[in-house]
Amino acid sequence: MHHVVVGAGPAGVIAAEALRKLAPKAQVTLVGDEPEPPYSRMAIPYFLIKQIEEAGTHLRKTADHFAKRGIDLRQARVTALTPASRTLTLADGGQLAYDTLLLATGSRPVRPPIPGMDLPKVTSCWTLADARRIAATAKPGARVVLMGAGFIGCIILEALARSGAKLTVVEMEHRMVPRMMNDTAGNMIKDWCTSHGVAVHTGTKVDAIETKGDALRVVLNNGSAVDADLVVSATGVRPNIELLEGTGIATRQGVLVDRHLRTSDPAVFAAGDVAEGIDFSTGEYSVQAIQPTAAEHGQLAARNMVGLRGAVHRGSVNMNVLDTLGLISSSFGLWMGKAGGDAAELLNRERYRYLNLQFEDDVLVGATSLGLTQHVGVLRGLIQSKTRLGGWKRKLMHDPTRVMEAYLANTQALGFNATVLK
Amino acid sequence: MLKALQLEPEKCTGCLQCEMACSFENEGVFNPSKSRIKVFTFHDEGRFAPYTCSQCAEAWCLHACPVEAIVINPATGAKDVHADVCVGCKVCTIACPFGTVNYNADSGKVIKCDLCGGSPACATACPTGAITYVDAEHTGYERMRAHAAQSLPHS
Repeated sequence: MHHVVVGAGPAGVIAAEALRKLAPKAQVTLVGDEPEPPYSRMAIPYFLIKQIEEAGTHLRKTADHFAKRGIDLRQARVTALTPASRTLTLADGGQLAYDTLLLATGSRPVRPPIPGMDLPKVTSCWTLADARRIAATAKPGARVVLMGAGFIGCIILEALARSGAKLTVVEMEHRMVPRMMNDTAGNMIKDWCTSHGVAVHTGTKVDAIETKGDALRVVLNNGSAVDADLVVSATGVRPNIELLEGTGIATRQGVLVDRHLRTSDPAVFAAGDVAEGIDFSTGEYSVQAIQPTAAEHGQLAARNMVGLRGAVHRGSVNMNVLDTLGLISSSFGLWMGKAGGDAAELLNRERYRYLNLQFEDDVLVGATSLGLTQHVGVLRGLIQSKTRLGGWKRKLMHDPTRVMEAYLANTQALGFNATVLK
Repeated sequence: MLKALQLEPEKCTGCLQCEMACSFENEGVFNPSKSRIKVFTFHDEGRFAPYTCSQCAEAWCLHACPVEAIVINPATGAKDVHADVCVGCKVCTIACPFGTVNYNADSGKVIKCDLCGGSPACATACPTGAITYVDAEHTGYERMRAHAAQSLPHS
């Protein structure tokens, strides 16, 4: 039996390791196309601010990690997939036959159709190679324009600002992190960044990037222009599904997978950023492109690839946590709320504190927080366990900070006559 | 045999000695906000509930970590954070459905209970026996784990 995993990010690595454990005798091959050991893009910002060396971004810390486990780690680019013969074609002309295949090919930055995107001082911040290029240019005092203030834009923002660059952020939407934060939170993050010396233009587009002497000139659609030594583009990512063109395997935004993370071809599975799987909260298929989902997908795909029964994907909870120049924010599930539901909200603009809970009946279905670092995971727990809060819903409507107490009172035996707490 | 923290809320008086001991043992300061065990207060009912990581088998934090900074300590069974590897991305803090991995802004790293390497200071400090460190099979540990598995079926 030969299990092949294409893509050496978190989903691929976790799947390969799980396959090895679940099928000790099978052949496991992990194919990655970057000239580095498997690494975490999540760790790139910390490499940019020199908190860690490159090795600190590596998913596994020892050079012989994969060899020792009998996982054949190969650097190769897959150029074609032929489901009929269960074969992959590699860029060097070689072929790789599989019995089961996991597509964990991830995603890549979208390149907005703007004149000047191909200039040498315009880059995305996605790979270690990008990060090295940025680290070499974004010296203290360098003028940097960041296009896009989504989740990825914001984690880079933090690193760029801490490097001492003079930073300007341009975001199309009318708030920061629009797909993770509501208006209140997204605009508080903007205010925070502005008060920390970062120029933020929301509701603004880049019309063109031009050469100006040795530097660049970024022309905005509000009639102004910003000079820059470096432009970093973080305008979103899209799944790497080109490999599937003409294979007949169903794709939409990503590769469509069922509750076993199986694609429309029974021998082919997909996991992580490339997979369009079930969202826990909506029950609908979507590409989440987040680390916890990639890890869940990787584990679960491996169990299904070896044919374990009961390895059913119940849907992943969409969630994110972000540190924007020291302001920590997180959101979970249906943070935007559900029609007919209730919301509890606590807001202190001066102190940058915010907590918003969204309920459907007496079940927590979504949450947004700013400035909360303690016990924040319980928001996920309450959402995913669909805990019926009973009387605690009223208490949370009054004081949303008591989520941990609500969780404990509803799930733990808190002593004799514990039911009085409900 | 692995040992575990047995938490018995009905014995807790809310004195917070455990939080002080934890903070001092692990952070060198008496600062309950840096404690890895927390006593939650139910004022209206006059109850207190100490709570910390149950070292759950699912290890949501460990699997969510992008840089392998959380590992199982073979001696204690605890999921330990290796602070020198942790980059401070906080993904584990949202992944842990029990809310027991927290970010420490001062160090820029996450902190969680590691059973103090096998001699938990909170249990030593607790004057009422609400926190004890006992053989895992004799504790509510299995009950807690069973509950965790039941309320959060692994995908």
